[in-house]
Amino acid sequence: MSNASLRRRMVGLAGSGTVGTLLLLLLALWVVFAITIGDRFFSANTLQSMAFQMPELGILSLAMMLALLSGGLNLSIIATANLSGLTIAFLLTRYIPGSQGIAWVGIQALAIAAGFAVAALVGLLNGFVIAYLGVSPILATLGTMTLCKGVAIGLSRGNVVSGFPDPIVFIGNGTVFGVPFALIILAFCAFPIALMLNATPFGAKVYMIGSNEQATRYSGVNTRAVLLKLYVLSSLLAGVAAVVMLARFNSANAAYGESYLLVTILAAVLGGIDPFGGFGKVGGLMLALIILQVISSAFNLLNLSQFLTLAIWGGILIVVAAVPHFAGKMLR
Amino acid sequence: MPKAHVASFGRFRRSHEFWLLLVILGLCAGLGFANAQFLTLQNLFDLLTSYAFVGILALGLLVVLIAGGIDISFTATASVAQYVTLSLANAYGANWISVFAIAIGIGGALGALNAVFIQKLRIPSIIVSIATLNIFYGLLIFFTGGKYIYSLPDWFATGIFWFEFEWGKDSSYGVNLQILALALAFLVTWLLLNRTNIGRQIYAMGGNADAAQRLGFHVFGLNILVYGYMGVMAGIASLIQAQLAQSVAPTVLVGKELDVVAAVVLGGASLMGGVGTVLGTFLGLTLLAVLQNGIILLGVSSYWSPFFVGLVILISVSATAWSQRERRTRSARA
Amino acid sequence: MSTFLEMSGISKRFGGVHALRNVDLTLEAGEVHCLVGENGSGKSTLIKIISGVEAAEPGGRIAICGKEYPNLNPVYSTHCGIQVIYQDLSLFPNLTVAENIAMAHHLGGLHSVDWVSIRATAKATMAKIGVEFDPDAKVAELSIAGRQLVAICRALAADAKLLIMDEPTASLTRHEVNTLIKLVSELKRAGICVVFVSHRLDEVLEIAERVTVLRDGAKVGTFAADTINGRKLSQLMTGKSFEYQVQAPELAAGPIVLEVKGLGREGEYEDVSLQLRAGEVVGLTGLLGSGRTELALSLFGMKPPDRGTIALDGRPVALRTNADAIDRGIAYVSEDRLALGLILNQSVTANVTLTVLERLAGAFGLIAARARRTHVARWVAELGIKVSNPANAVKTLSGGNQQRVVLAKWMATNPRVLILDSPTVGVDISAKDGIYEIIRRLARDGVAVLMISDEIPEVLYHSHRVLVMREGRLTTDVAAAATSEDALRQAVNA
Repeated sequence: MSNASLRRRMVGLAGSGTVGTLLLLLLALWVVFAITIGDRFFSANTLQSMAFQMPELGILSLAMMLALLSGGLNLSIIATANLSGLTIAFLLTRYIPGSQGIAWVGIQALAIAAGFAVAALVGLLNGFVIAYLGVSPILATLGTMTLCKGVAIGLSRGNVVSGFPDPIVFIGNGTVFGVPFALIILAFCAFPIALMLNATPFGAKVYMIGSNEQATRYSGVNTRAVLLKLYVLSSLLAGVAAVVMLARFNSANAAYGESYLLVTILAAVLGGIDPFGGFGKVGGLMLALIILQVISSAFNLLNLSQFLTLAIWGGILIVVAAVPHFAGKMLR
Repeated sequence: MPKAHVASFGRFRRSHEFWLLLVILGLCAGLGFANAQFLTLQNLFDLLTSYAFVGILALGLLVVLIAGGIDISFTATASVAQYVTLSLANAYGANWISVFAIAIGIGGALGALNAVFIQKLRIPSIIVSIATLNIFYGLLIFFTGGKYIYSLPDWFATGIFWFEFEWGKDSSYGVNLQILALALAFLVTWLLLNRTNIGRQIYAMGGNADAAQRLGFHVFGLNILVYGYMGVMAGIASLIQAQLAQSVAPTVLVGKELDVVAAVVLGGASLMGGVGTVLGTFLGLTLLAVLQNGIILLGVSSYWSPFFVGLVILISVSATAWSQRERRTRSARA
Repeated sequence: MSTFLEMSGISKRFGGVHALRNVDLTLEAGEVHCLVGENGSGKSTLIKIISGVEAAEPGGRIAICGKEYPNLNPVYSTHCGIQVIYQDLSLFPNLTVAENIAMAHHLGGLHSVDWVSIRATAKATMAKIGVEFDPDAKVAELSIAGRQLVAICRALAADAKLLIMDEPTASLTRHEVNTLIKLVSELKRAGICVVFVSHRLDEVLEIAERVTVLRDGAKVGTFAADTINGRKLSQLMTGKSFEYQVQAPELAAGPIVLEVKGLGREGEYEDVSLQLRAGEVVGLTGLLGSGRTELALSLFGMKPPDRGTIALDGRPVALRTNADAIDRGIAYVSEDRLALGLILNQSVTANVTLTVLERLAGAFGLIAARARRTHVARWVAELGIKVSNPANAVKTLSGGNQQRVVLAKWMATNPRVLILDSPTVGVDISAKDGIYEIIRRLARDGVAVLMISDEIPEVLYHSHRVLVMREGRLTTDVAAAATSEDALRQAVNA
């Protein structure tokens, strides 16, 4: 096993984009779009609309990234987000009408807290099954994904739940000094996670588990506890994404954002996160998200189909993943 | 019983497939008891027909997983093959042979393209297939505008119905296109994997890629074959799906990747490569089908169906992992 | 005897670096020939050239059975009956024994599988060397020794005339090695030339008729096995001489740090009692499977014992996890450095800090970059780890330097008891001394060291006291000065 997997890991490592490649790519895109679109591309409006669209995918990608770093995968993030979004939506639509003052504020806070609690519960389930029962993450989260979706559909009967108070809507649509509030939330997720990964014992252990879980355990690390916490954290991020999503759409549903699932993996891998674990930085992921968003917004301005955007995203992933291979060839 | 048979039965009893079979038999007995409808021929044929699409894709994915890779671009491949083939059939006319030849050609080519990216650019298969999923699907919708095709050639819409026979008062059964394709896919995949040297090479490569290289396997060719086979299955599945739905809907297939993954891994195929059987895939598919069907027959709202499916997946993978862990600790002590 | 293979003037360069320099080699049919040399001496390159995987530079000559092959490739080489069994055996664990042995059947263009002839081939080949496995069993179900036999059968089924085995005894128990040696002499009788590549010098001398020594890509010479001994051989391999003496029992051996009484674990070891004193190096040897590694893992909290007591400083302790053990000052260097000792893909920094992350964390639980740097710089200097940049992956280091990283990782926890399981496996002879020196230094600083090893000279010459385990029981506990290599060998194999 060791030889083949080592090689696979090395290939995976080499296949991930570096920050340098990404910056170069971003610069090239800017030049191309500056020529084809002109000033409109740099207008405040365009920038703001980009900033509104990025946070959902960004927070979900962070959730995916955490699992990937540990050598796993979390397929249940979207389903978790929808389940916790529906929980919040149920509570809001049920108790907000007719309430006022402190109760009005309290119910909103409690609803969001309940959403987080649901997300944490899913994370505990994932973490327990993966870390303590030894189920492979892809299988475990495939199961919880279906389970969560099932509960969400079962309880909502597939209906959309909508109509929330202003503060909630503000989370998804408001701005602070021109900066979308959702972007601030993304920053409040990304910075602490970057700090956690780079500068805390927990973060260091996550990377080590991603490269070799057994050797990490032999070094005295309680790898099961680390994995459990990690999947709870990943789930909680899905909970944050849930709040942003339901606020932006002013509604919740069991099937929102399902197409995001594979895009989060795409963004993470483009951002240099090794799909086999152990390597990757939040900074790389954010750069990848900006690149994806720039392409999407530019195509929008050029009146090109969003589906062409998808195809270009796929193409860029292959190109960036192939860079180390060609670089290696050129060096030789 | 001869000694060899005892040994092989003992091996089967320890296998994943045996436990899966027990679970399915138990489930069937319970469902048959609870609802007389369940164990009818009508229901059996309906089940086979509606799960043929997932089943054929699952067989393609099984081969990829055994070879040590993964592919999730097959839904996009199927969408492309379906749209192009039936558009051509509408425009220029065609027959059964030509539509299947075109769909197989398109599917095989797109699948082989995955293999080229994986082998020649040295990119892990998971990355390649996420990328090509987006490329194939994005381009398809870009060029077609995502428009449905409702008018299909008459002969295609009518389909086939062989070996028709009457049962009871006014129900007649027969082998339709879906069942025929599913049966053929099972047969061919089983033959490929167990009766040809290429199939054994696929197992070997999935079990130890380095050794395969050292022993002089044609690794690139094998990968073209494996991913091409997945594409061919996607092409076939796409046609029988269109025939069943009586339309071409370019946006409904993408997103079903994980249903197929679930069937194959429930059937015991490993994402690490080298492990998995056609029988296991059949049983994994059966478990999902029986479960979803049973929930409806039991009168549970179909809204709750994914919940039970998720529950069964979780319980079954947990139980498998747990029993493996127990066995490991026991053998470590022995 | 006839000459099977003759090569002369073989050179090979990789990117300007000489891997082989003008090497000659002759192999006779039916001889057992050993190839020895340190890592990087050119052994593997030579094997690759014989098997046609790599081409020698122009000017070299290769003749097999008298016929010249200017462009030897794997196909020709296999055709001539050259078979290599690599250290990883290159078997397919998910396929049956029969398929692995008759793998040649699966090669070639598309054809149907003849299961009957595959089983027949496998059975006939196994019968030839007197082994009997269920042909339908998966190779994954076999022991390492069993897999090795399957690999040998595969080579024989391919009509091997020259069988090259790369480190074949590395993971075999002594009993299994004996079986292998018997098997090799049978192959020899059948006229097959066997080339052994090994680093276990005593085994090399036991099995070989002739030994070829390589150093830095050049051939030092070929010697008849009965004209040299182990000391001479290591001198030839390294170009340095080594003289070891039994260490005097440390007069100032300190108080008892660790005391184990009546320890047992079902099916692994039983009734083990021992004491470790501060400043003492205790060697523990025994066959693979004698329970020595399991005992070590119990002391490290990873395999809690079923019976008996472990006491530290006279106080009984319960070690349920290795975190418990580490907290109490027990450290364990695993025998499997590549899979369990290190995280190869990660940096030297990440590996060296892994055991002390919490200690490095300062305010708000954050680890300051400077604290991390200082810590790593200190240990790199203290243990003399040769690395140009601590951010480099550990896998880029040599075996000896890798082992220093492992030691640094554990010494950073300030252990009072250090358990070393086979600390010099895969470490070059010339780098071994550095490891021993570190162990001696630790003992001088008052650490109680338990050194487990296969190699009897290693425990004898580098410990104050030697323990022997056999079939799960501690059978010998003697001062190093009061015993000898022969006495220990007898205790181990009795």
